Amino acid sequence: MSLPEIPVVSASSKVPAPSGVPAPSPAPAPVPPEAGPVLAAYHLSVWYGTSLALKDVTIEIPRNQITALIGPSGCGKSTLLRCFNRMNDLIPGARTEGVILCDGKEITSPDTDPVALRRRIGMVFQKPNPFPKSIHENVAWGARINGYRGNMDDLVERSLRRAALWDEVKDKLHRSGMDLSGGQQQRLCIARTLAVEPEVILMDEPCSALDPISTARVEDLMDDLKSEYTIVIVTHNMQQARRVSDMTACLMLDEDSRDKNRIGVIAEFSSTDLLFTNPKDPRTEAYITGRIG
Amino acid sequence: MSRPASSLYEPHRRIRVLAGPVFGAACFLATLTGVVVLSVLLGSIIATVLHRPGVHPWYDVASNTRDLYEFLKALVTRVRSRDPALAGFRIGIVGSLWLLVLVAVFAIPVGIGAAVFLEEYAPPGRLRRVIQTNIANLAGVPSIVYGILGLALFVRAFGLNRLALGPTLWAGGLTLGLLILPVIVIATQEALRTVPSSLRQAALALGATHWQVIRDHVLPVALPGILTGTILGLSRAIGETAPLLMVGAAGSILRLPRGPGDRYTALPVEIYNYAKEPSAEFSTIAAGGILILVVLLLSMNAVAIFIRNRYSRSVRG
Ligand SMILES: Nc1ncnc2c1ncn2[C@@H]1O[C@H](COP(=O)(O)OP(=O)(O)OP(=O)(O)O)[C@@H](O)[C@H]1O
Ligand SMILES: [Mg+2]
Repeated sequence: MSLPEIPVVSASSKVPAPSGVPAPSPAPAPVPPEAGPVLAAYHLSVWYGTSLALKDVTIEIPRNQITALIGPSGCGKSTLLRCFNRMNDLIPGARTEGVILCDGKEITSPDTDPVALRRRIGMVFQKPNPFPKSIHENVAWGARINGYRGNMDDLVERSLRRAALWDEVKDKLHRSGMDLSGGQQQRLCIARTLAVEPEVILMDEPCSALDPISTARVEDLMDDLKSEYTIVIVTHNMQQARRVSDMTACLMLDEDSRDKNRIGVIAEFSSTDLLFTNPKDPRTEAYITGRIG
Repeated sequence: MSRPASSLYEPHRRIRVLAGPVFGAACFLATLTGVVVLSVLLGSIIATVLHRPGVHPWYDVASNTRDLYEFLKALVTRVRSRDPALAGFRIGIVGSLWLLVLVAVFAIPVGIGAAVFLEEYAPPGRLRRVIQTNIANLAGVPSIVYGILGLALFVRAFGLNRLALGPTLWAGGLTLGLLILPVIVIATQEALRTVPSSLRQAALALGATHWQVIRDHVLPVALPGILTGTILGLSRAIGETAPLLMVGAAGSILRLPRGPGDRYTALPVEIYNYAKEPSAEFSTIAAGGILILVVLLLSMNAVAIFIRNRYSRSVRG
């Protein structure tokens, strides 16, 4: 498996991406943090206990763009996402090998503080999980524990507005976040993530519980957020990946391994347009045209 | 093998339909056992209390209630006496309330702290398993053993007279505190385990520290369960007699304790002493004491339920 061509870096980037040049070898060249990928994994493998879930994954997440992760169920999309904010630390027996960089700094090393890392790399989970507290507190809590000193009510309103939830909840901010509908809860979770102003937002199938209207709103929101944030989104919805993302990584299950274990690998990673119109890997093509997966 | 697939199913409709109600009825009977035993017990105690010369007929509920109230009020205000007309439980009630406070102050923080450590901080492994098993075993140790332990450890301090507490409220409270510690630890651990991991993940993903997650999410959600376990433990402590007899609450004491370093007696101990007396008047007084104890326990549970409801309404955990 070889690295894809250098991802198309957004227009605002200071250093133009050299096109056609082969990708750098595992050890990344020292680039100024502002120019390089905000997140990157090189030859990353993840084990749960003794079973290998993700093998030799190399991916660079470009700044201020939306990167979609697609692939069949169980191929390790959530696993990869959890590596970026070290949520895998919480799973007993989970182990990673390889290099994961955030702004050029290794995040798996023991002297990286996962608490500080998770503040910079927010996460929206697949299942809405609001706190059993008031709507206001749901949004305010993360900011408060991170020492936010500004006007809390303003921050709550701004975050809820950005998550397209404000109009629905502005009269009942004191009500429990658990009383909202599933789709509203998911947008509340997005608002809560925005309130701590992370640099990267990892979204694990954020729309799988949402109706088409809420989905459209979340997609609009992602488009808005792109200018300030980097977004990585896992989705099972090809159309969604096509609509919202700039880059797409297609993960696959590696079939031909000795012990019959199915292991996740990256089949293809390129710009979304290219991947959907002209897939290089036959497995990708089969997957996006709906013939497997 | 050649039978058509549909004949492989035998839905046993009759049995399935009957099994539910039968099971339900059996469970109802089980519930009834407890309720019946409890009402018979309470009824017989109240009957004993009211069984004095010159009482009203049983159907005169109003006068009987007033009588019962007057009698219990008298018992609460009087102190121990050889004369049944003057005997009461005042000293024991105050002693028991003192014990309650001391036990709560000692056992609740230590118990919850130990449970939080075991569930949240202790690395999983052999040591943790050993501690866990031991705590479970401690919950089953007979209370008299705790009395002996309290006598040796707190009352006598293994013969180190300068450390010995003597037969004081401190010694009694600490002994009862040790007694209910395992109950509180186990109940708190159970409550902490019910906190969904998605909640922890949500908080951690915002950049919270472990401590902030425990303080703001884990403990509040677990609080109703912790409260239930704690009140159960405290109720047990209030009703215990045997360990208190061991650590020196036995003597007949005629004045109120002036502080936790004072000598004391407790309500169950006084009930026990009155019940030992041969005359029937004293068994009436003992029954009255039991009623007071029951009222005390019920009001403790009521407080717990009140706090719990109020709390779960405000956060909806
Ligand atoms: N906590 C865990 N403990 C053990 N194995 C796990 C754990 N989480 C995931 N796995 C395994 O890792 C592999 C990848 O799982 P992962 O959740 O990353 O898949 P996914 O691509 O997100 O799938 P889906 O699209 O269904 O969400 C699976 O084989 C799964 O069984
Ligand atoms: Mg997943």
